Amino acid sequence: MKKKWPLWEIFVRSKNGLEHRHFGSLHAADAEMALENARDVYTRRNEGVSIWVVESKHITASNPENYGELFEPAQDKVYRHPTFYDLPDDVKHM
Amino acid sequence: MSDEHIKNLEAQFEARIARDEKIEPKDWMPEKYRQTHIRQISQHAHSEVVGMLPEGNWITRAPSLRRKVALLAKVQDEAGHGLYLYSACETLGISRDELYDQLHTGKAKYSSIFNYPTVTWADIGAIGWLVDGAAIINQVPLCNTSFGPYARAMVRVCKEESFHQRQGYEIMLKLCQGTPEQKEMAQDALNRWWWPSLMMLGPTDAESVHTAQSMKWKLKRKTNDELRQQFIDQTVPQADILGIKVPDPDLKWNEERGHYDFGEIDWDEFWQVVKGHGPCNKERMTARINAWENGEWVREAAMAYASKKESRKTNTAV
Amino acid sequence: MNTGLYKYILGIADNCLILGQRLGELCGHGPNLETDIACTNLSLDLLGQVRSYYQYAAKLKADDSTEDDIAFLRNEREYVNVLLVEQPNTDFAYVMGRQFLFDAFHLMFLKELQNSHDITLSAIAKKSIKEVSYHHRFSSDWVKRLGDGTEESHSKMQSAINDLWTYTDELFHLTEADEEMIKEGIGVDTPKFKDEYYNHLTDILEEATLTVPESKYFHKGGKLGIHSENMGFILSDLQYMQRTYPNMQW
Repeated sequence: MKKKWPLWEIFVRSKNGLEHRHFGSLHAADAEMALENARDVYTRRNEGVSIWVVESKHITASNPENYGELFEPAQDKVYRHPTFYDLPDDVKHM
Repeated sequence: MSDEHIKNLEAQFEARIARDEKIEPKDWMPEKYRQTHIRQISQHAHSEVVGMLPEGNWITRAPSLRRKVALLAKVQDEAGHGLYLYSACETLGISRDELYDQLHTGKAKYSSIFNYPTVTWADIGAIGWLVDGAAIINQVPLCNTSFGPYARAMVRVCKEESFHQRQGYEIMLKLCQGTPEQKEMAQDALNRWWWPSLMMLGPTDAESVHTAQSMKWKLKRKTNDELRQQFIDQTVPQADILGIKVPDPDLKWNEERGHYDFGEIDWDEFWQVVKGHGPCNKERMTARINAWENGEWVREAAMAYASKKESRKTNTAV
Repeated sequence: MNTGLYKYILGIADNCLILGQRLGELCGHGPNLETDIACTNLSLDLLGQVRSYYQYAAKLKADDSTEDDIAFLRNEREYVNVLLVEQPNTDFAYVMGRQFLFDAFHLMFLKELQNSHDITLSAIAKKSIKEVSYHHRFSSDWVKRLGDGTEESHSKMQSAINDLWTYTDELFHLTEADEEMIKEGIGVDTPKFKDEYYNHLTDILEEATLTVPESKYFHKGGKLGIHSENMGFILSDLQYMQRTYPNMQW
């Protein structure tokens, strides 16, 4: 079996001040090529000022089957949100 | 997993889609959902990539520099769209190489329209106007489809595609405002591309095997016949503005229905092309296979170089 | 009209036009989608530069000529591109080899053209140099990949370089228009960086594990309008519409 160009995940910062966002993926033989390809594929219309590339196999993802134990416990912790606290309307700047 | 357990998962899965929740690659999904999506998304990707050929055919002959750069950019976008779609498909656990293999061996289909030849410059206008027009009608609802990676790819595709149809229509407009010879060229292109464009929206609802399931999974929002009617209703007035005639003697506005009535589509021709006997099926496949096979040593070399570089890096690090 | 300047502009722009046209032939036929997209970008950059040059040249002519008249309606002898850019897309090694040999020159050329006394040319150079820096990076990376890749790619890259090498010397030939423009501080004195050019090629080729050709025989003619047999075919495609349907708007 011949070795294929691996898959890379592409993250692009649209402009300074914003975070890098996942834009999609592509194939490349190495990191430099992934950067060049990402530039040509995902920023043809001036969509970015900075690119991160990471080989897909290096991403560890949470498993949807564990959704319950990972994320549901946070749903009822309403005290983490400002609306949990009752204050009279007269109190300003808070 | 017991049958009952799977049934239960399936019921939950269908309920999620009914609630308009998105399905992501690692979520559990029925095998049929996975297979249907691999089939549809890859078919879509193949269409983009094969679709580069009939238009690419005119890049070197575009009549002005402005037209040349626009066409290059458009065909390049199609490569990009193919790439986005293959990537979406790959999240379902199939590689791009396998997908290419399906295309090259004739196992996978692509849009039949690209098996028609582009014989004049006006064909480039007609493709942009009609073929991209029909594609947009098909594609816009897919931005909301249930499978997340497909929906996201389609959002990007639709955003980029917006210039494609305008590019085509502008070519037609310029021809129709030009000399009688140019207008004749535009009319001739409309004559040849009209019916294949209508066929592009798929077989009639009565013949379509996938519609019900696809509606449920939001791979489709409207039936083929509804989409076709929408396409005709919006395109005929555009032809009027150009001052050229849609080649259908039965085409008539139906006041009562609020739609155009139109003539019989030659479905024999449609199936002939789908089955591989269109004017350019062979040429298109040969071109794709050649590109892929002639590129093999290039792709291999890049991998060999990458691993050499990698091992040199490790060696110096030690 | 300033004939010298006009001719000088064509000498720059025709290279970009013919190379852009050659790259355009590839679109849809590359080794994979990613490289297809990249090569189309090279072509688009070059054609963008062409339009700036021809629009300027058309203005100098001051006779209702447009960029398209200049691009499409000259006879073969009136195109003054170097022979290098009209060489065919034999395989991907040729495509990248041709690109690299041209990009290395183009980049050095534009660096100098930035200092031209002609403000339009200087402005075009400043804009193009960013694009061409990327082209050069892209093509030299590929020369290295193919040169130092597999045995097969190495031999293909080597034979492409051997063949294309014989077209490099012409890049530094000076036409009358070149000499006139250099004197006026408008044109680039290319022989000045000839050594630097070949040193640079040597560096990259050595890094790519390729042998630097020793040939002392070089082809020439393009800059004087005497082209290879390829040129007629390139022009039949390029000019097809304009010649078949003269005096029409598209």
